[in-house]
Amino acid sequence: MTENGDVTPLVQMENVNKHFGALHVLKDINLTVSRGEVLVVIGPSGGGKSTLCRTINRLETIDGGRIVFDGQVLPEEGKTLARLRSEVGMVFQSFNLFAHKTIRENVTLGPVKVRRQAKDAADTRAMELLERVGIAAQADKYPAQLSGGQQQRVAIARALAMDPKMILFDEPTSALDPEMVQEVLDVMIGLARDGMTMMVVTHEMGFARRAANRVVFMADGQIVEENTPDEFFTNAQTDRARDFLSKILTH
Amino acid sequence: MDDLIRYAPELALGFWENVKLSAVAAIASLILGTILVAMRVSPTPVLRVAGTAYVNVVRNTPLTLVLAFSALGLSDQLGLIFSDVPRTNSFWIVAMGLSAYTAAFVCESLRSGINTVSLGQAEAARAIGLTFSQSLRMIILPQAFRAVIAPLGSVMIAMIKNTTVATAGGYLADAAAVMKIVFDDTGASIPIFIGIILAFMALTMPIGFFTGWLARRLAVAR
Repeated sequence: MTENGDVTPLVQMENVNKHFGALHVLKDINLTVSRGEVLVVIGPSGGGKSTLCRTINRLETIDGGRIVFDGQVLPEEGKTLARLRSEVGMVFQSFNLFAHKTIRENVTLGPVKVRRQAKDAADTRAMELLERVGIAAQADKYPAQLSGGQQQRVAIARALAMDPKMILFDEPTSALDPEMVQEVLDVMIGLARDGMTMMVVTHEMGFARRAANRVVFMADGQIVEENTPDEFFTNAQTDRARDFLSKILTH
Repeated sequence: MDDLIRYAPELALGFWENVKLSAVAAIASLILGTILVAMRVSPTPVLRVAGTAYVNVVRNTPLTLVLAFSALGLSDQLGLIFSDVPRTNSFWIVAMGLSAYTAAFVCESLRSGINTVSLGQAEAARAIGLTFSQSLRMIILPQAFRAVIAPLGSVMIAMIKNTTVATAGGYLADAAAVMKIVFDDTGASIPIFIGIILAFMALTMPIGFFTGWLARRLAVAR
């Protein structure tokens, strides 16, 4: 699974706890993500999936335990935190493309301002990535001029432009019209094939089956079950997971 | 009407002082207001408290008091001197007081603009590794400014009209001050009133139209 023979996990979460006021949203989470692994996080809404995903680049802080990324405990603030975030891509449910910048500028901003790349080089690379996600023809438009599926593919290109060690996907297809889901999933499946380390919060079982190495089922702030996609979908071990699957599989 | 024509040169020179004060205060208050709003949304509690305190004190103090304090307190008592020429010094004291006062309103306009920028924009900026100040400069403020161009225009119009209380800061050369001096000679003159009103309208109405047009042109589609 690893390309460079480095067998230390990329992400290690140890006894991670988080509260929102009185609500205990992450309860003693222990989870590792290996290099090159594609991990799908699934479960009922309000179960803590998104929060779990967002703790890895510290968009959510944690109250207890620790998270180690690439051998280093997550920095708490400042420049070191910004550097960590530049190494972890993030794709949001609501795309969050920079509304006042063109597609091309959205993709080059990070490389130029964070990585200090030359503008020309960043531009060339941006066009390659936009080509790869099939949006090159729209490079000089603004986000609002694109469909949801196109915006989300640009968001993936924006994450890739930073050459991240990992990409977090927080329900990347949940805000899309049904006919646009597949174009985004196709890009993600391509990334998975290329060996990108990915954590994907999603309900898309087709994606989980085709691309995931492992499925984690979360409910009520806990990891209830971990398994291979095939085992999980055909032979879930816990009642909670079977109950959840019966609800989404009938729809 | 004769009064207006006779005193037009003096009044015009006075009005030119209003224009100069407006120009200085517009630039200075936009800069200071932007710094203040950066403080008010910063992650550092000390800066937030300082920014909030400044806005609440200055915004709730009458402008005449701000100007009187600048002249009598800061300049006379505490020795803040911009120039040895009293008239020039008074100009800068008034420009400073007016800028400091207007900056509080600029800050609050911008802050309402920041509230129109979705949280996701800031999260996406942080997620690609931009620091707080980078995301404020490159992502949040550019969108916030565009959202509040029209309200900022109103703040600037109010500021321009506020230059007529420059007398409170000891600067006796603006159109309103000249008008009072002229009235001592002629008695109140309706043509002079109307002339000054028209001059201010000629200055402020284009700002209203321009900022309205600019706001529509630069609106960020979401």
